[in-house]
Amino acid sequence: MKLTLKIWRQKNAAAEGKIVEYPIDGIEPDMSFLEMLDILNDKLIVKGEDTVAFDHDCREGICGMCSLFINGEAHGPDRLVTTCQLHMRKFKDGDTIFIEPFRAKAFPVIKDLVVDRGAFDRIQQSGGFISVNTSGNTIDANTIPIPKHDADRAFDAATCIGCGACVASCKNSSAMLFVSAKVSQFALLPQGKIEAADRVMNMVAQMDAEGFGNCTNTGACEVECPKGISLENIARMNREYLSASLKG
Amino acid sequence: MAKSALLKSSIAKKVAMALSGLFLILFLAQHFFINSTSVFSPDTFNSISHFMGNNPLVQFVIQPILIIGVVFHFTMGIVLEIKNNSARPISYAKNNGAANSSWASRNMIVSGLVVLAFILLHFYDFWVPEMVYKYVDGSPLNETRYFAELTHKFVSPVRTAIYCVSFVLLSLHLWHGFNSSFQSVGFNNKYSRSLHKLGYAFAIVVPFGFIFIALFHHFNH
Amino acid sequence: MALDSKIPGGSISDKWTNYKDHINLVNPANKRNLDVIIVGTGLAGGSAAATLAELGYNVKAFCFQDSPRRAHSIAAQGGINAAKNYQGDGDSTFRLFYDTVKGGDYRAREANVHRLAEVSTNIIDQCVAQGVPFAREYGGLLDNRSFGGTLVSRTFYAKGQTGQQLLLGAYSAMNRQIGRGKIKMHNRHEMLDLVIVNGKARGIIARNLVTGEIERHSAHAVVIASGGYGNVFFLSTNAMGSNVTAAWKIHKRGAYFANPCYTQIHPTCIPVSGDHQAKLTLMSESLRNDGRIWVPAKLEDAKAIREGKLKPTQIAEADRDYYLERRYPAFGNLVPRDIASRAAKERCDAGFGVNKTGEAVYLDFAAAIERYGVDQARLKHLDENDKALVIKLGTEVVANKYGNLFQMYEKIVDENPYSTPMMIYPAVHYTMGGTWVDYNLQTTIPGCFSIGESNFSDHGANRLGASALMQGLADGYFVLPYTIGDYLAPDIKMGTISTDLPEFEQAENNVKQQIEALMNNGGSKPADYFHKKLGKIMWDKVGMARNAKGLTEAQSEIAAIREEFYKEVKIPGTANSFNTELAKALRIADFLELGELFAKDALHRNESCGGHFREEYQTPEGEAQRDDENFAYVAAWEYKGNPSDAVLHKEELKFENVKLVQRSYK
Repeated sequence: MKLTLKIWRQKNAAAEGKIVEYPIDGIEPDMSFLEMLDILNDKLIVKGEDTVAFDHDCREGICGMCSLFINGEAHGPDRLVTTCQLHMRKFKDGDTIFIEPFRAKAFPVIKDLVVDRGAFDRIQQSGGFISVNTSGNTIDANTIPIPKHDADRAFDAATCIGCGACVASCKNSSAMLFVSAKVSQFALLPQGKIEAADRVMNMVAQMDAEGFGNCTNTGACEVECPKGISLENIARMNREYLSASLKG
Repeated sequence: MAKSALLKSSIAKKVAMALSGLFLILFLAQHFFINSTSVFSPDTFNSISHFMGNNPLVQFVIQPILIIGVVFHFTMGIVLEIKNNSARPISYAKNNGAANSSWASRNMIVSGLVVLAFILLHFYDFWVPEMVYKYVDGSPLNETRYFAELTHKFVSPVRTAIYCVSFVLLSLHLWHGFNSSFQSVGFNNKYSRSLHKLGYAFAIVVPFGFIFIALFHHFNH
Repeated sequence: MALDSKIPGGSISDKWTNYKDHINLVNPANKRNLDVIIVGTGLAGGSAAATLAELGYNVKAFCFQDSPRRAHSIAAQGGINAAKNYQGDGDSTFRLFYDTVKGGDYRAREANVHRLAEVSTNIIDQCVAQGVPFAREYGGLLDNRSFGGTLVSRTFYAKGQTGQQLLLGAYSAMNRQIGRGKIKMHNRHEMLDLVIVNGKARGIIARNLVTGEIERHSAHAVVIASGGYGNVFFLSTNAMGSNVTAAWKIHKRGAYFANPCYTQIHPTCIPVSGDHQAKLTLMSESLRNDGRIWVPAKLEDAKAIREGKLKPTQIAEADRDYYLERRYPAFGNLVPRDIASRAAKERCDAGFGVNKTGEAVYLDFAAAIERYGVDQARLKHLDENDKALVIKLGTEVVANKYGNLFQMYEKIVDENPYSTPMMIYPAVHYTMGGTWVDYNLQTTIPGCFSIGESNFSDHGANRLGASALMQGLADGYFVLPYTIGDYLAPDIKMGTISTDLPEFEQAENNVKQQIEALMNNGGSKPADYFHKKLGKIMWDKVGMARNAKGLTEAQSEIAAIREEFYKEVKIPGTANSFNTELAKALRIADFLELGELFAKDALHRNESCGGHFREEYQTPEGEAQRDDENFAYVAAWEYKGNPSDAVLHKEELKFENVKLVQRSYK
């Protein structure tokens, strides 16, 4: 396959960036998208140019490190995959592909396609946990039975990989899907209910402080989420938040 | 702390948008009901209009609340739009929004501003003359003037066309807004699917009902 | 220096309790005066950081990713073992201990393994309390499944994402402490040297991967939790960034490196599709609970399949060779990983491989889908003779159990694994070898600890499935917090350690010189070129089956690549900026040294055991042949400037509770 890549290049956080065009040839449909970028980078090295920086690590869709806004969509045109699982068979010979970083004020660009998603960590630090010490002196794991249905829904919410595709896809750069997934996971489990009110208040406050936009329920996040996290979680967080703040 | 956080937080704003929107939906429903009587029975239309125009509860309690609701809804909408835009200072060179969301959901500000412009026109057409008639000029009560005033406004094809276009945009606004407001207040459960259908039905029936009324009077004048 | 494993006295089941009863403790007020550096934030590092911070120590944690949540523990799929015996199928602490020692082919330290089995149950309690959403039964209690090499169901799981859920549990515990200021988190940092002051580990030199700045960080103890070194093979199931650098740097500073040749080749990975491939993807071992592994019984069928003339579904039942069930009737498809991998290689080498390259076997779910389908049809009072219905119902059950794995397979291979068997082949997955540690998890450098996959301790020559997660969390949550306290107790009055000490300066200069040499060598080849070359030698000559000739060649070939690397590698950009190629090259430089030691270790071990299979040492049936008389020891290598000069130290392994026998899964 022969392709034209239009890639956002930006030297560092302070520099201005721009789209640069790179023609590339010899791409096979079985390659992953990131393997295609590996090939581009190897060519750039041989030419003596700086490589295109992009985040990636596990390359099996679970670590959440890879990002990329490909042809107008977070993680590209395929559904329920991260960029590392996107394969070139989803593109046609001769295609032009735009590759941009995840864009949001709360995700400043570090270099090229690499962004700083520290805001997500800070939101988690503000309350995304159950305050239990790791002493091992807890009750036996089977003391509190949890209905399978609740456990399964908590699990579904917990599968969020924190990649930021929700923010990148949202026209408002809202982080509601990410935050609500964590809030939901704990709100659905008896262990998490004890701190539920404080948790949702603190996490939402931190989310707002980070400069994410508001949710306007377009649903783009759910569609682009590589783990299919449901909008139901956002509704649950809204409920949790309202009841927590009314209890005051 | 909780109270002030509630007022400032993004979720509170979104709930406020939702509640004011739902309130306006209720208003729209009753307005539609009254207007639709004009097609079947000018007398009924006149008597209801007269009641609405002269009942003190409606005039001095509900009407101000409605105006506050409208003003609040669009002010908040514009404030949020500005904030949301600032959350992404550099926009994408290529953004394929259609791949993941509806046009209506992404352009609430567009449909909203058109509806706002329409409301201003509407005020100019009906509400201002009505206020002047009643409270400035102090003209005498006339229980049968409403139907004539209504049909008179739909004589002009241009004005009728503006009404029709505005209502198409209102339909789009409701298409997203109706269901969005329920999601915002945390209503998302096994009944949501049925509610969504109701929302879409409302978003079509009411605005196109208004369009029908406008065209009906335009062509039957 | 003679190796002292510091195993406490007493009977095996009392050692850990006795140990805890007699160690030195640090009072809470004094813990505030002690700093601990932790490198790596996976299950071991993350859980250790959270626990030490909770206890009151000041923790400085480092990871090379942009967030601690991304450590590669997250990719572990199948589950975590614990001797809870919730299923009432005869499990016990002793049985988990026994299975682990046996599974490790009798090359692990008994006392460590028993401790691991003891704390395993605490891990499950702890994780549930943290909100880890393990799979549950309809009655609301925890569910279990079975893994290779055991006859009980002791594996707890969260669909195919157990590692993710456990890591997020540890990450959330860390977050709580980061929020409280007890952990100072350094994301996007790579440790590049260890600083030793007066014979004790007192700090590290780290490179800030965003700014390129070389930073000094001091502490009273340094904990390495940087995972395994499987990426020495270039292609492995490890993350792209997984590296040996932190572990190798402490090795160069005096920590012995133990058993580097014990590498686990996982039997069920997606086969390699071409030269461009950057990594391999694992399909969880849990699939072997329900999937049946086979190749065609006739050579001509295998050939036809490779040429695309036949489809696997067209091969009649009688013409299929379910070789694991044939060779190992007792354990069948659930034999341990080393055995399953070698059996696959044996079939493919014999010409029965089923993909274009001839390096793949089938993992087939048709039988499971049918079995579950019939069960469901009966349960729902539907017609169990309706084939389509049975398949539909069975597919739902299988999707519910392994859905995400099947989806992953389909995305990569572009075939529907519900209707045609998956193709799998072994791939490098885990390294049992690592830094040598004593019972306290301390390396041969005082004050420098190593936990999780980066140490060598608990899995012997082969790790059983679902034991890595168990070990990582055991070390971090429940073992290190005790042992490090014992070490730190005398340091309470020491105060903060200055980073202006000459030792810091020397280490920093050391790092800067290496970077400068790499940046200014005038080379022309990308770092990956050397990594791929190294990987190919490792896979061909130091891989699933090894022999003396190949290993000897490998050593000199790797040394030659290393030399070429320093001359020829090309790193674009600058050293004082975000530079992924520089970070990569620094890691490859260490792999190029480790690889040679790896081959040297494999060559010296004249026996086959677990993941180490020497062609010269096998039974007539082709099974691994151990030599307990001469090799029942841990090979701990001391760095002497060049991998070929490394000096061997032996820790004899004493088996007092498990009888050494030929491992049999027949």
